[in-house]
Order: sequence, then C-alpha cells, then structure tokens
Amino acid sequence: MNKLFISPSPHVYEDTTVKRLMYDVVIALLPALAISIYFFGMGAIIVTLTAVVSCLAFEWLIQKFILKQEPSITDGSAAVTGILLAFNIPTSLPIWIIIVGSLVAIGVAKMSFGGLGNNPFNPALVGRVFMLISFPVQMTSWPVPTGFNNSYTDAVTGATPLGVMKEGIGAGESMSAIMDKIPSHMELFYGHMGGSMGEVAAIALILGLVYMLYKKVIKIHIPASIILTITVFTGILWLINPESNADPLFHLLTGGVMLGAIFMATDYVTSPMSVKGMWVFGIGIGLITVSIRVFGAYPEGISFAILIMNAFVPLINSYIKPKRFGEEVKNG
Amino acid sequence: MLKTFPQGGVHPEEGKYSANSVIETLPLPKTVSIPISQHIGAPSKAIVAKGDKVKVGDKIAESAGFVSANIHSSVSGTVVKVDKVLDSSGYKQTCVIINVEGDEWNEAIDRSADLKKEISLTDKEIINKINESGIVGLGGATFPSHVKLSVPDGKKIDVLIINGVECEPYLTSDHRLMLEKAEEMLIGIQILMKALSVNSALIGIENNKPDAISHLEGLVKDYPGIEVHALKVQYPQGGEKQLIKALINREVPSGGLPLNVGAVVHNVGTAFAVYEAVQKNKPLFERVVTLTGKSVAKPSNFMVRIGAPVTELIEAAGGLPEDTGKVINGGPMMGKALNSIEVPVVKGTSGILIMPVELSSRKKESDCIRCAKCVSVCAQGLEPYLLNKLAQLERNDKLETEGVMDCIECGSCSYTCPAGLPLLDYMRLGKSRVSQIIRSRKQ
Repeated sequence: MNKLFISPSPHVYEDTTVKRLMYDVVIALLPALAISIYFFGMGAIIVTLTAVVSCLAFEWLIQKFILKQEPSITDGSAAVTGILLAFNIPTSLPIWIIIVGSLVAIGVAKMSFGGLGNNPFNPALVGRVFMLISFPVQMTSWPVPTGFNNSYTDAVTGATPLGVMKEGIGAGESMSAIMDKIPSHMELFYGHMGGSMGEVAAIALILGLVYMLYKKVIKIHIPASIILTITVFTGILWLINPESNADPLFHLLTGGVMLGAIFMATDYVTSPMSVKGMWVFGIGIGLITVSIRVFGAYPEGISFAILIMNAFVPLINSYIKPKRFGEEVKNG
Repeated sequence: MLKTFPQGGVHPEEGKYSANSVIETLPLPKTVSIPISQHIGAPSKAIVAKGDKVKVGDKIAESAGFVSANIHSSVSGTVVKVDKVLDSSGYKQTCVIINVEGDEWNEAIDRSADLKKEISLTDKEIINKINESGIVGLGGATFPSHVKLSVPDGKKIDVLIINGVECEPYLTSDHRLMLEKAEEMLIGIQILMKALSVNSALIGIENNKPDAISHLEGLVKDYPGIEVHALKVQYPQGGEKQLIKALINREVPSGGLPLNVGAVVHNVGTAFAVYEAVQKNKPLFERVVTLTGKSVAKPSNFMVRIGAPVTELIEAAGGLPEDTGKVINGGPMMGKALNSIEVPVVKGTSGILIMPVELSSRKKESDCIRCAKCVSVCAQGLEPYLLNKLAQLERNDKLETEGVMDCIECGSCSYTCPAGLPLLDYMRLGKSRVSQIIRSRKQ
C-alpha cells in the first residue's frame, strides 16, 4: 500500500483561489471596459493595454531583479491594478505618463510594501493621484465621448459634469442653469458624458457589482455604505438649497462614485476586515467625498476619500471587531 | 425560514454517499485491541491480565476518577496481552488485546429485540447506570456522559438538546440510527430527561435528512415533551454552542458550558446507547460507524464492536480503493488523518473516510490578501487571519485577548481561505500555548 497522507483537519477546501477572485474582478470590469471602448474608441483600448502591460511588466521586473522572488504576475492582481488605473485616467493621456503612473502604482504603492496583501493604500489610486498632482493639465483634459470618431492623439476635449458644476458654482451660476449644460441623468446612467473610462457608465459598473456579489467576491457593505452616505449627505444639502446644490442622483452618477464604491474601496487589502468596520470605512469615504466635492477645490474627491480612509484601516481593524460568540450573554 | 445559527458558517459539499445504506453488523473480527483511554479525562485502569477469559460486556478497565469511563469487552475470548498498540491518535496507547472465541454474552444483558418502554430507575440510578456502562459522547468528543448529567448544585437545567445535526460532510451514522433505531433513541431521550428532571427535549436535525425528520416527527407524538426541529444545512451547526443558539437562541458565554444557559446537549448515538444501557443492561461496546469516500466501492454503515481493526471495515466495504491518499477517522472537517489503517475502532469513531489521492493534499499556499473570508465564516466571531499572525509571532498575551481560546476548531477558516493558509494549524498552536499559560497562572 502507498504511504498515507497525514495532515491536521480540515481535509477539504473550497475551490476559491486568489487567482480566481482576481480574475472574477477582471470579468466584472469587462462591461465597463466595453462601454468605454464604445464611447471613447481607440483611446480606451490604447490606455487600457498600456496600463495593464506596464503594471504586469513592472511587477515582474521588480520581483525578478529587485526582490529576487518567484514572479507571481499570473495571480491577476497586477492586471486588476492596471485596468483600474486605466479606468481612472482620460483616454487621451500620453503613453509615457501612463507608464510613469503604473510604475508608481506597482513599484511604490504595492511592491515597496512587500507586494500583494501588504500595501496600505490602493495602488491604482496612488498611481492616479500621483499623475493628477504631477500632470494636472493632461489629467484633466477629458475627451468628449464620440466613439471611434475620437482620435487618440488629437481628441476633442471637454469638462466633466462635475467640472462644469464646480466652474458654474464658482462663477455664481444657479444650479438649474448649470444642469442645462450637463447631459440628462439618463445619459449619465448610460455613460454618455466626458470623464475617465471607468467613471462614465454607472449601469456597466452596477452590472459588475452584481456579478461580484453573485460570485461572492465582495460583500455589499462597502458599496452600500458609500452610496447611502453620499445620498443622505447630498440629499440634505439639496433639500436645504436646491439652487446651489446638485441632487443626490447627480452626485451618484457623475465622477468616480460608482467606480470607487464598487471597485476601488472594496479592494481586499486596503479595506477593513469586519462588517462593522466596513460600514465605518464606507461612511467615512462618503462624507469625505461629498465634503471635497461641495466645499473643496477639486471637482471630484472620491480618490482622496478612499486613500484617506485606507490610512484608517489598521485603526478600524484594531478597534472595531466582529461580535464574538458568547461575549455578551443575551438569553431569550 | 429554517432555524440556524446566525453568525458565520460554511457549506461544504455534503458527499453523503452512504445515506441509504442500511446498518449492517460487521462480522466478528479475530482479535480486538481495546484502548483503555477512549474518552476525555483520566485513562481507565485495566482490570484484566494475560490469560483471563472474558465475555461480551464484561468490564475490562475501570474508570479512574469522576471524569473517566469504564471500558467493557466487546467480544468473548482470552486476553492475549495488555500492551501498547498504535491507535487512532497516532500514538501507541495501552490496549487490552483479546483473541475472539465464540460470541458468549454476559448473562445480565437482555439480548431480546423487544422494545422496553417503562423507565423503572430513578434519576440517581440512571446516572449510575450510565456511568457503570461506560457511556461517553458518541458524536466524537467522547466526554463521559454521566458528568454532563450530574448538574452541579445551584445550576438549573430546563432543556435537553439532542444533536442529530450530523453537519460533518460524508458521515451518516447518526442519520441511519435516527431512521433505524428511532424508538430506542426516543426512549433513551426520555431516560436522559428523567435523569436531568427536565420536561422538554429538542432534537435538532439538518434539513438534508428529510426522511429522518419526518420519521421522528411521526413518532414523537407518543413521547410528550420531545420536539423535532429541522435546521438549515450549515456547518458547524453540530457544535454544541451553535446548536443551542440555533434551537433556543441562548448564547453560551465565552469559556462557559451549555449548563450556564440551562441546557445539556447529547448526541443521538449517545441517546441510543443510554437506552441499551438502562433498559437492556448492555454496556457500550459497539457503535455505528460510517465507512465512506468518493472511491469506496460500497459506502456503508456498520454496527462495529469496539476494538475491531479499521482494516476489517474497509474489507467489508469493498476493500481499500486503488487511489487512496488519506484515511480519516471522522469527517473531513474535524476528523483526524490516520497514519495506519491497522488501528482499532473506538467509542469516538463515528466514521472512517477514505479520500482519493487527488483530494489528499492541501491547497497551494500564497500570501494573505486580507479578503476577510475567514472572519465572515467564523461561527465564534473571531478573526482567524489575526490569530494566525499572532500565533506565528508568539504574541501569547494578545492571542488570549483576541479570544483564541473561544476557537472550536471547526476548520471553516482554513476551509474557505483562498490563499490556502493553514489558519487553524496556527490557531491550535496558539491555543495550546495560551492554555498552558492559563494553567500556570492558576497554580
């Protein structure tokens, strides 16, 4: 008889692996990618490919030559970072800026902390914010969605709905006058607006959310808490003064709220471990996002909001614990 | 909505291949090796020596304290020796080895098949009888049953909970017992109710055994105070804390026992053994054992004499499959891998599971991605990812405050981890270190 295997229990395992989870995220991102290609044409393809290839390449190079580890780029996490990075930038961004952004995302935000599982901040967002601060002009020239009529090198650019609003409020215009310059809510929902790839179509991102919930890749708590907080906060402001504040639906459908709530804030590594912690995290993101949008200098704030809350995750994890069984005795 | 426990839990593939196999009596083995320590607590003392003749049901080892249990011979024959033999723990343990000659039973045992319904003994006598008969928890924990029935002064028990959950995948011994020995089991439950002076007993059964649920529901009409409750299939519902929570919504406090919330939990197999001991004068020397696995030719349930070698069960179920990689004593979630199939069946053997080689190794390990799946499946509300790290760093103080001692070792965290981390291994290590510290503190 062959020798028997010996190991402590359990002896069976769920067939989920890190790789499967990561590729499920990639699948969940595909509808949004398809819509972006439809609206932005070649630019969307070029930007996504550049970001994904350079993220994979930097991870491989760093693991191979600096960390001297077995390269693990097939686990899919670098590909997810690449796609998310592409989703956060204008589709006309020069290739060299994308490569620099990828280097910051993978090299600085991820690998310098020890690779997958150890980074405190969301790598794609670090890359994005780095590019936004370093190359503000290129990073805020948003191509107008005209499909394949859009040329990558010489796109017609325009402001995002949030940008239009910020400018309008700055110029003292009323909200109804600003809204006339902006696509209707229905168009926002389908993604017919200027902006970065991942920001445009709420419907596609929600489709991705449904897929990830169905596959049990993520839980609903973080997206739900962010969306609820933004709805309530902007709703209160809107009810107080609808002439200077946009309605909650506008806030939800523009900018990176859907992308951030569904794909960026739910990044495993940089979000809390307990359900209660996830709610605190999500509510924090919602409050900071609206504060930046309404009171801050930038038209959009969710990237900063997520990064700020990322910094609180270790604190949240050590103070907000799941309810332990038998901790408080409730008999009934 | 079916009842279940509210927090955590997983649902592994059930694999109950032997669910429809009627309990068969395993042919008598040629020799048996009966370990003198088959229970939690002090090992018993052997009272037979080489050359002694024994009958089926004769006491061969005596309980060595309150938390200990008598051991009875499962066969008739001659004691060959009392020696150290490899048992299912993986270590050599003292065993009484008996050569089987015929099948002569102790005269005191009532071998008739009649159902004896009247309970003539008093509560004290029942507990004594159970103690005398060497009955231990047959769900697998093998805690001496008389200890659980001896309620300390000042504690009030108001409900008996009967565990028919069988949440471990593959195992079907309790399932078959509930179908085939239901009346005996119900009388056993009445005996336990009398011993505890309670008027209410709840049988919890997971909904993947609808035949057992409807069979028992039909019968309990004649047994006042006993109720059958169908439960949603969810591992680890057979853990007594989870089962109490699911059935009566009481939460056993951290570090406490079911009797802190007025409940006592016994397994259906134990209830059956209690019936046989109290009504038929038959000590615990045989039990139902499931022999199963994906590649097993004939997944079966056997009535097996304690001490019979596992090899004989495997033969009776069609032999050891070609592709065997692992043999597990118990279920796949909490069972122990055997390093030899020569070991004897003991009181706590609820099943022997044979895993094919492709399912015998662990998942490849990678880094923790902090997906929090281990936190969400933990039925005890712990954070396995954290305890795993703390155990590796030997942060024993922090391990204790983070509740490592509350871990019930159900294995849901390791089962679910996408990175294939051995979370439970490290938590066990942490538990053993912390319990040492707690013990030394008390001294």
